[in-house]
Amino acid sequence: MKLSFKINNEPKTVDVPDNMPLLWVVRDVLGMKGTKFGCGQAMCGACTLHVNGEAVRSCSYAAKFAEGKNITTIEGLISGDKLHAVQQAWLDEKVPQCGYCQPGFIMATANLLEKIPTPTDEEINDNITNICRCGTYYRVRKAIHRAVELNKVNL
Amino acid sequence: MKSTYPICMAFGLVAILSLTSMKDQKSIDEPPGDREKSLTGLRTMLKVFKHQRCMNCHPTDDKPRQGDDAHIHLFSVQRGIDNKGLPAMRCGTCHQNENNASANVPGAPHWSLAPKTMGWQGLTDEQIASNLVDKLKNGNRSIEQLVEHMTRDSLVQWAWAPGAGRSIPPVPQKEFHEAVKTWAQNGAVIK
Repeated sequence: MKLSFKINNEPKTVDVPDNMPLLWVVRDVLGMKGTKFGCGQAMCGACTLHVNGEAVRSCSYAAKFAEGKNITTIEGLISGDKLHAVQQAWLDEKVPQCGYCQPGFIMATANLLEKIPTPTDEEINDNITNICRCGTYYRVRKAIHRAVELNKVNL
Repeated sequence: MKSTYPICMAFGLVAILSLTSMKDQKSIDEPPGDREKSLTGLRTMLKVFKHQRCMNCHPTDDKPRQGDDAHIHLFSVQRGIDNKGLPAMRCGTCHQNENNASANVPGAPHWSLAPKTMGWQGLTDEQIASNLVDKLKNGNRSIEQLVEHMTRDSLVQWAWAPGAGRSIPPVPQKEFHEAVKTWAQNGAVIK
């Protein structure tokens, strides 16, 4: 089926099976490789991107549900040459180890800060449920608080 | 000696009036219809309410359950203030308006946990029935609205079309609808 949507502010039309996971469309049809395949069961969050402002685990989200919607991937988080506060915080705190799951963490965090600009540790625990096999959770938490501070400076 | 006749008359009149009053009260309290039919309907309804996959979305705490074994919903999904997830973990980001045939994520319109006041986990049949008709706990629904909810609501009806690998309630959908209507039409008796 033909699907039309905006991805990183660019209108796109693709012709794909309607139940193809959105992650397949993003990576294999549109060639954006920043969003990762992890568990394939919506459990690890490596495939997190935004659809209409909500954090979506795209490995388990059928492409047909994206019709007419606005999608943002990790490639679209940057604004011109300026990194998103979450991306900058991730660099500042040197969060990644192997790095594979980090785009998902960054996208989930960017969404969290849209909803809760100054999250508590408990709110971080509750809302960021991505999985990192390297165990970078401690630095993830530091980076989230760092991003909060960067956002305050940028206001 | 004074006659006791007027006093006896007065007592007799009061007794007759009391009996009449009690009879009237009974007719007010007694629901219309066939009480036994209503209770039979309720027993059938309770079989559905207490099916584990129905209970999974009617928890009394903040954690939805999954599967016939009622395990806690994977990746720490929680109720949230509107019963539709936490701010950055919304139910509707995975659960769309229909079942996802590819990923097998279940879906139906207005996917949501039942409000905590409509939680059934750990409750007795009597408590579930009592909460069912309590407007403070049932979403302020009248009996007619309860019938509508249980026979027409798309999320409730999804229980009989949950997608591959999921069990369905032990009562066929049509039989459940009939039970709900019989229960309501015969007074919505709960005990």
